[in-house]
Amino acid sequence: MSNKIWVYIDQFKGQPHLASWEALGAGRSLAGALGGGVTAVVFGAGAKDIAVEAFRHGADEVLVADDPTLTDYRAEPYTSLLAKLAKEASPDVILFPTTTRGREIAAMAAVDLNTGVMPDVTALDVQDGNVVVTRPVYAGKLVAKAVCTARPQLITTRIRAFPKPEADPSRTGTPTEVSPVLGEEAIQTKVTGYTEAGGGVSLIDANVIVSGGRGVSNNPALNPPSGLDEKQAEIWRAQEGFKLIGGLAEVLGAAVGASRAAVDAGYIPYSHQVGQTGKVVSPDLYIACGISGAIQHQAGMRTSKMIVAINKDAEAPIFKMARYGAVGDLYAIVPALTEAFKKRLGK
Amino acid sequence: MKIVACVKQVPDSAAKVIVENGQVTWGDAPLVINPWDEFAVEAALVQKEALGGEVTALTVGTENSKEALKHALAMGCGEAILVSDPALASTDSQAIARVLAAAVRKIGDVDMVFFGRQAIDGDMGVTAAQTARALGWPALTLVSVISSLDAGSGKVSVERSTEEGRQVVESKLPAVVSVVKDIGEPRYPSFMGIRKASRAVIPTWSLGDLGIGAPVSVVKWPQLENAPVRQVVTELVTGSSSQEIAEQLADKILAEKVL
Repeated sequence: MSNKIWVYIDQFKGQPHLASWEALGAGRSLAGALGGGVTAVVFGAGAKDIAVEAFRHGADEVLVADDPTLTDYRAEPYTSLLAKLAKEASPDVILFPTTTRGREIAAMAAVDLNTGVMPDVTALDVQDGNVVVTRPVYAGKLVAKAVCTARPQLITTRIRAFPKPEADPSRTGTPTEVSPVLGEEAIQTKVTGYTEAGGGVSLIDANVIVSGGRGVSNNPALNPPSGLDEKQAEIWRAQEGFKLIGGLAEVLGAAVGASRAAVDAGYIPYSHQVGQTGKVVSPDLYIACGISGAIQHQAGMRTSKMIVAINKDAEAPIFKMARYGAVGDLYAIVPALTEAFKKRLGK
Repeated sequence: MKIVACVKQVPDSAAKVIVENGQVTWGDAPLVINPWDEFAVEAALVQKEALGGEVTALTVGTENSKEALKHALAMGCGEAILVSDPALASTDSQAIARVLAAAVRKIGDVDMVFFGRQAIDGDMGVTAAQTARALGWPALTLVSVISSLDAGSGKVSVERSTEEGRQVVESKLPAVVSVVKDIGEPRYPSFMGIRKASRAVIPTWSLGDLGIGAPVSVVKWPQLENAPVRQVVTELVTGSSSQEIAEQLADKILAEKVL
């Protein structure tokens, strides 16, 4: 356990979150600059199987703990164990993927270890033996560099900001088993179950996102069923519009996003919101339909590799960010685009 | 129920935030209560209304952070406390968490502490979890539903939003909770609430009042820049019909190899 660089591998029900491998790849780069190898840490059900994957993705050593108290992720026993291991081995850096769990355990371990946490970083650099991180702040309007003068430096890497290393099946090793530090009686929380997320691709992990805004309700040609009041009719129109967005998303294997205006108007649940008070995403392709591109929304999608905008208002700010734009009626263009992709992608 | 709602004052989310001469500015955009924290105040008030008790709004900041506290008071919090001390300039998240924990201890007999999921300035999203850890209390972060809360038996049951869906968790009290938007739309301050808040005397506690020294901050921010401008040449695709536009658009997107 003498490696300076540790990487926390996040998992859910035995499946590693793929951003864990991105963090592991970032860890290897740091090890190249700071010397030594990389230790991966995996807790929970199926940890030993995930350890095999961790070796393949670049870990030199893997610490695993699988115990009934660790079956489900819980902040307290996970943090206590990680902090104890880190106190014993004194790594210089611990990287985590910025999943909900990764961010939380990094934050809490920082308190136990009396050190700093630098969450959701998009780049790592080494200067004078310190890791210098790059973090977007103010929803990406500004970019900050940060360093931590204490050890270990706890850093969570933004999902999709670092390349995922190729698995190398010839890399193998024997994981080191470690024991939990908290007994069940010392843990204040119990996980009593899970409710599944709605189907479809998760926004944060998506390569492609198709998003709808306020404009999805603007189809006067649609006749809502009788008996709806004005607001209900608007929502009905919007939901018809989101069906078109969903159709395009399905052909592209994309996630469905939305602007705050669309969420606030009740068109689609909040879990789809992209923006400063929603999710911050950076897909390879972001198709904005009927979204004007308010600062609030830009903050959540400005790091997309390529943006395509479809909007009837040629002056909409979203066109300034877009590589390709189409000025026109999304009710006509989106279904036509769905058909065009179906043909080209053989679906 | 004795509840604390932690809030932060931030530039409005519509502000054009830029760096000028190494300093962050947001022009004449207003400073407001962090939008996520309004959900925390709302969640705290809903629990108080159901179970009785009181909600105290708490912040760490300078004198002008009182505006965020006044908003919380106007929404219906009974009291507000500002922790302010010259020694708290440029503190990191862990140090702030230790200060908040000390303030919660000084308030005394607190059952729950509510936070918003993150502040829209630093986008750290760690303060709730760190404050919980500093208090030695469970952290229930990213909560979208409080299914049950029983101060008598000291138990709370929540649904947490995670990547895969919702995790249902039972916890003992006292506990720290951070909430997401699904918890419920924050109420608008009432006219009476605004009047009451404008007359409220908000006590200021120093580190000395909390009985702690200045916590050590180890994270430094040596550089802050404007985000790079997106270098993009926009090509508008035109055509005589939607089909024609769509066909061209599909070809161009496929040629970019982003799919």
